[in-house]
Amino acid sequence: MTRLDQTSNSNWNIVFLCWLIASISTMGSFFFSAIMQFAPCVLCWYQRIFMFPLVIILLVGLFPFDKSVVKYALPLASAGSFFAFYHNLLYYGIIPESVQPCSQGVSCTEVYIDLFGFLTIQMLSLISFSTIVALLVILKRRLSK
Amino acid sequence: MKKQYIVLLSGILLILTFALGGYFYKNQQSKKISFMAKENASTFVREYSPTLGNDDAKVYIVEFLDPACETCSAFYPYVKNLMGANPGKIKLVIRYAPFHDGSDYFVKILEAAKRQGKYWETLEVMLQSQSYWVSQHNPQPRLIWKFLPSAGLNLEKIANDMNDPEIVKLIEQDLADAKALNVRKTPEFFVNGKPLPSFGYDQLKALVEAEIKANY
Repeated sequence: MTRLDQTSNSNWNIVFLCWLIASISTMGSFFFSAIMQFAPCVLCWYQRIFMFPLVIILLVGLFPFDKSVVKYALPLASAGSFFAFYHNLLYYGIIPESVQPCSQGVSCTEVYIDLFGFLTIQMLSLISFSTIVALLVILKRRLSK
Repeated sequence: MKKQYIVLLSGILLILTFALGGYFYKNQQSKKISFMAKENASTFVREYSPTLGNDDAKVYIVEFLDPACETCSAFYPYVKNLMGANPGKIKLVIRYAPFHDGSDYFVKILEAAKRQGKYWETLEVMLQSQSYWVSQHNPQPRLIWKFLPSAGLNLEKIANDMNDPEIVKLIEQDLADAKALNVRKTPEFFVNGKPLPSFGYDQLKALVEAEIKANY
């Protein structure tokens, strides 16, 4: 295998990994709402809006491998990270709940799951989004070399 | 190509995990709830809970209901039909899950009506007139009053009784039980402690008929 093939292979792997994370997150959020019957709060919906299309956009970018997928996926993942970050700030009380947009309906600070003492749903979301952003930024740097 | 297989395989694996996880979760939930039905029957029926039907009935339908919930109102005639079709075999228990903002006001009216022995009449009037006093999921407390006389109620006494703090306690207890039973939407039915496999009238009917068959 030539060196060129190897780099393009690992670029493909990075996008694949991003797709895998987005797919797991999407499935997970369906599981919480469809199977476990948790009602999604407003902020959760905003994060879903940016997570679901990533599954499709990244998949399209994989076959055949298209490096411009970074250009389309990165803004989505960044916007999702923003909402996930904001949601976590709310949850940990760094932003008071009174200024949040979802006082009616489902509370955005209610605890549904709490794995190992820190893994809440919004933390899982933040981890997924920021990992995807980080991977895409790495890919972007590699491509511009 | 190899890469396509990797993606296809991961997709299939994810969907399988989802389906299996869903299956196990539902199984475990219904086990947990049927255990509670045996060991902790009061989570389903409290002493104060309004009941309708024969005391010897062996099939209990426990309904978590919100007076301001449209689906509850739409389901009520079906539940009455089921009871009519199986006379003496079904007992209906009403529990409150007033999830809409302000719908506890209507629960208070119902509980006050119970003291006049007009509970079921009032519930029917309330559910039938619901479209007039709920707009866009916002219950309007003043609008219910003109419908109440048709249930034969003494309105002054209602206005007085509904402020009893006992009623607030009762609502809190019902909400706590709803939480324990994982009730997040209304109406939610338990037939002899068994939850509906999925929401719908046919599922309710099938579950009730299965329980009648098992108990008679």
